[in-house]
Amino acid sequence: MKGRTMETSTDRRLSAAHPRLKELLFTLRRFLKNPLSVIGLSLVVIFGIIALLAPVLAPPKYPDPFRIPHTGFRIEPSPPSAAHPLGTMQQQYDMLYGLIWGTRSAFRIGVFVVAANLLIGIILGVLAGYFGGAWDEIIMRITDIFFAIPYLVMAMALVVAIGRGLKAVTIVLIITGWPSYTRVLRSDILVTRGRDFIQAARASGASHLRIMINHILPNAMYSVLILASLNIGTTILTAAALSFLGLGSETGTADWGQIISLCRNWIVGAPGNRFAYWYVVFIPGFVISLFVLGWNLMGDAVRDIFDPRMRRR
Amino acid sequence: MSLVSYVIRRLLFMVLVLVGVSLIVFTMMMLLPPGQRVAIYVNGDRVTPQMMDRLIAKYGLDEPAPLQYWRWVSNIFRGEFGYSITASAPVWDGFVRFFPVSLELVLLAAPLIILTGILLGTLGAVRKDTPTDHFTRIMAIVGFSLPTFWLGLLLLMVFYGFAGIFPPSQMSNEVRNVVFGGGFHQYTRLVTLDAILNWRWDIFWDAFYRMILPSVNLAIINSALIMRLMRSSMLESLGQDYMMTARAKGADRRTLIRHHARRNAMLPVITISGITFADLMGSMVITETIFDRKGIGWWMAQAALQLDVPAIMFDVLFLGTVYVVINLIVDLIYAWVDPRVRLA
Repeated sequence: MKGRTMETSTDRRLSAAHPRLKELLFTLRRFLKNPLSVIGLSLVVIFGIIALLAPVLAPPKYPDPFRIPHTGFRIEPSPPSAAHPLGTMQQQYDMLYGLIWGTRSAFRIGVFVVAANLLIGIILGVLAGYFGGAWDEIIMRITDIFFAIPYLVMAMALVVAIGRGLKAVTIVLIITGWPSYTRVLRSDILVTRGRDFIQAARASGASHLRIMINHILPNAMYSVLILASLNIGTTILTAAALSFLGLGSETGTADWGQIISLCRNWIVGAPGNRFAYWYVVFIPGFVISLFVLGWNLMGDAVRDIFDPRMRRR
Repeated sequence: MSLVSYVIRRLLFMVLVLVGVSLIVFTMMMLLPPGQRVAIYVNGDRVTPQMMDRLIAKYGLDEPAPLQYWRWVSNIFRGEFGYSITASAPVWDGFVRFFPVSLELVLLAAPLIILTGILLGTLGAVRKDTPTDHFTRIMAIVGFSLPTFWLGLLLLMVFYGFAGIFPPSQMSNEVRNVVFGGGFHQYTRLVTLDAILNWRWDIFWDAFYRMILPSVNLAIINSALIMRLMRSSMLESLGQDYMMTARAKGADRRTLIRHHARRNAMLPVITISGITFADLMGSMVITETIFDRKGIGWWMAQAALQLDVPAIMFDVLFLGTVYVVINLIVDLIYAWVDPRVRLA
């Protein structure tokens, strides 16, 4: 992070290159120099590979791959063995299979929900920030109302209204998750809108759309994208919490929250061996934490890099 | 603008947001078919289709939505919230029973969260780039990433399951018999406070002991945001010109940090404490479910599972009200501390 060591000869050679390219390279170098961000990126990449290779790593036994195979109905979980490398959960559901296909569920929910949130958030944020007036008033009051209800509680109420299951959870998180993007983008646009280069663009006859896409969005976009990276973690945690409470996926679905809720009864252990079932409690939560940690570390590092106050120090 | 007109404007705004919250809750519940909403008024026995139709007609559940909304709101103003199946009692009675349990935990956890956040955040900034700083930063980011329910289960597994200490639930059975058995005056319905007022330290300790683990759970998860903001805000504050001035005037390090830097760094922390509070209410749902404490959060989770519509509507409205009021208080404190806010 020390500024002096960064000014290598490549820096000076690059100063002749296009400023945007230079900026990108600078960002990349900063990103790769920070061990935490590299850890974050690696975690996300590893999970991505697991999700992609799920059919190879854990060949499905049923037509619906998101149903975890189980061997028998015995209640007690069994410890890791050759047949079940991470052991089995309650009713002999295979832990490894559940976690691998659960990674797919997590990406599906996280990335899809956040992308949809971003889209809604950006459209409304632009309407509010750039055009202002009545648009601004109406949209911002709606976000105020959304913010007044705790996120998880609102999601719970909405899941009750539209029915349980992973699909319902996805829809609910899309409906409830956009306001933070709208707020951030709007305030960024308000700051950018008044700047000289926007006035200059307007004076030279650029249209609203052109100013919006070419000048305002690129400047206001970063904070929204960083928020998105951090929110993938929050989204996954909320979806998992809903499943944990019994409002999400059905029993036996490869979904991390569901897996933890299957394992919550085993914290006490057996007589004579108090940590008898530690693996069913520990493993699934640890996997969720690593996934969320990966996205958070990445978002965090990017934020530090783009924060102009922290930049070239 | 004077402080009075600022307060009046904020109060009006608060009412507006609450109307919005009630509209949202009502709209969500209108998505359910009338047959499910009729469950509000039915208690126990099986309902035949004919009875169902009669009940729907009786309570006007097939009438136009605005009319139903109006009836619901006017019922609220008359103090009628319907019957909650999860509480096996009218919603208001359920609230009176569950609210003190949550309040007690919040009263213990909130100071813990704020203190942890501010102290560790300051420490990280003052010792920037030292192992202490790295440790607090990692703590914060881990706090962000841990699922509340998993941390709770781990804490229970290690402390209760393995070591046999810090059991879940609100109080032990013996104490429960004393508290609800008569002879014990429930002045405030907060068990710990009532125990002190009754001069029963054994009961106080029993209830307090069981709040420690859930509070720690909440503090680890919810202090992360304050910790991070405090650190960055403190770093900014330490770099300001007035710090140089203060140092030039001969202030020692302690005075510099406590009186000059931290006081200014606290401002953004005050503004986000409202958000922290909203997060805390979300975490309460999970924490109370795991630690088997029958409070508002536990009630909300049960109500959602059993389609207890009146309880859900009440809980959302209640939590929204609490959030808006807390934010009003936070903003007033902010306006009082920093007069620039009012002038804007």
